[in-house]
Amino acid sequence: MPAVALRGESRLSPAMRRRRAPLAIAAVLLSAAAMALLWALVAGDLPVAATDVFAALAGAEGMGATVIRELRLPRALAAFACGGLLATAGALMQVLLRNPLADPYILGISGGAAVGALGAMMLGAALFWVDVSAFAGALAAMLLVFGLAHGDGSWTQTRLLLTGVIVAAGCGAAVSLMLALAPDTRVMSMLFWMMGDASAAARPWPALAVLALALVAVMPYARDLNVLARGELSARALGVRVGHLRVALYVLASLLTATAVTLVGSVGFVGLVVPHLVRLALGNDQRVLIPAAALAGGTLLTLADTAARTVMAPQQLPVGVLTALIGVPVFLFLLSRNPRGTP
Amino acid sequence: MNAARRALPVDDAPLLEAERLALEVGERWLCCEFSLSLAAGECLVLLGPNGAGKTTLLHTLAGLREPTVGEVRIGGLPYAAWPALEAARFRGLLAQQQPDPFAASVLETVLVGRHPHLGRWGWEGPQDVAIARAALESVGLAGFEQRDVQTLSGGERQRVGIATLLAQAPRLFLLDEPLNHLDLHHQIAALELFQRLLREQGTARGSVLVLHDINLAARYADHIILLDGRGGVIAGDRDAVLRADLLGQAFGHPLRRIEHEGRVVFLPD
Repeated sequence: MPAVALRGESRLSPAMRRRRAPLAIAAVLLSAAAMALLWALVAGDLPVAATDVFAALAGAEGMGATVIRELRLPRALAAFACGGLLATAGALMQVLLRNPLADPYILGISGGAAVGALGAMMLGAALFWVDVSAFAGALAAMLLVFGLAHGDGSWTQTRLLLTGVIVAAGCGAAVSLMLALAPDTRVMSMLFWMMGDASAAARPWPALAVLALALVAVMPYARDLNVLARGELSARALGVRVGHLRVALYVLASLLTATAVTLVGSVGFVGLVVPHLVRLALGNDQRVLIPAAALAGGTLLTLADTAARTVMAPQQLPVGVLTALIGVPVFLFLLSRNPRGTP
Repeated sequence: MNAARRALPVDDAPLLEAERLALEVGERWLCCEFSLSLAAGECLVLLGPNGAGKTTLLHTLAGLREPTVGEVRIGGLPYAAWPALEAARFRGLLAQQQPDPFAASVLETVLVGRHPHLGRWGWEGPQDVAIARAALESVGLAGFEQRDVQTLSGGERQRVGIATLLAQAPRLFLLDEPLNHLDLHHQIAALELFQRLLREQGTARGSVLVLHDINLAARYADHIILLDGRGGVIAGDRDAVLRADLLGQAFGHPLRRIEHEGRVVFLPD
């Protein structure tokens, strides 16, 4: 049957061939991440040579070294952690809801965080309390959505999705109300928080630790996620404990999102599109997709944040705008190369 | 762990047993209490009009639903006694629908069936790929390995679902409308395939099928469960259940039984 063979041949997706080299993928993504971080340390008003960066990281003295260690490094790592967290959360949400349009914010986590953060900003709270309030808001939204969606024990994904979207809409209205009522002097910083802003992120390590722990926790279950993506019924028949897995997925994705949003605000786009970028390039095996999305998301946000603070310096641009400006053409390019047209 | 493994399944126990089973959905009883037992090599077909509860019954037999009354056992033990992965190596389900929210190759999709055979950190090896390819070949999809499942026709997708179940390699096949979307040739081929698997020497396999075609049921079933959609159940050997009057009552349409060259066919009046 030559016709069939020919048809099969022409459909041979590059993703399948590349799938067989997880080590090569890891090497490429890790070096891309390293390059992005290096650029983030080198770029800025104060010119620094790449060699000085390593000296500074090794503990050298001097103005340049201090700028790198105390300003650029925390900010670059914060952007990296946030991008990684959002992309991982997005990938998990897409499996949980079995919906390619799902992103980390779809279930109202960022809405809750925004209500918390903007409320604190409106009251003129210190940065620390804005963070605490954002995290508390995110957790409150998570518990609210879970409680409402799980209420009668049915916990179907349509119910979860609808509950989340409605809670997110409610949060959106509350945010608009706060923006309308806030004094003019604070509206600008509130808007920046909403678009994402890594400039004030001084402590990236907890977020990086959360990302690393999440990956360690998810990887043993990544094949279960592959099975779950094919439908709940089949997954249960194949021995996956779907009930536990879905609750764990929901809580984990929500915590990752809450951590990211607390650190740099609700940066858009990364959580939705990075998982799709990785899926287009590498296929939908969660064992490859999740760690690759974490690295690619971190890299993208680091690049975007560095661009945000250098392109129009000293003017700082909202990083969320840059992620979209970089991500949209890349995504459209990959999509146009893909004959299937479905990420 | 080892002791548990030896205990599963109980030697010489029937593949599938249901004892005094009754199912209620909402306020409606789908079937009154009945019992069944399926031995190795046997094929049971569930027949009944739309909405009679065939799928609900099949899911209950698959351990994916608690029976309202009674107990379901596979290999001599109730589902509660089976660890999920061990149960998945014993019985497999072909669901009525095969959702594909994300693009994936046919081979990847079939390899999902290997899940219960792999450890927590396991990765599908060459042996699993060989099993998946053989499964694809046995449903006539050799050469389709790299096709995207989202580009397949309905019938091809259904055969990928069957291949996934074959890769899972359970002893008890539970098939929910396995002939959906299949053309005449592939309908017979699929039923012959499962019949061959049931008759293979040295294996102890059985199957439960939800079918809509009474004549195919007459040709391949050993036992029939006929749900009438009003809570009534007629269970028994094929020839005891496949009577024109019983079928006519259950489906609400008169049928005529015709014998032709040793085969029985039912024609709607």
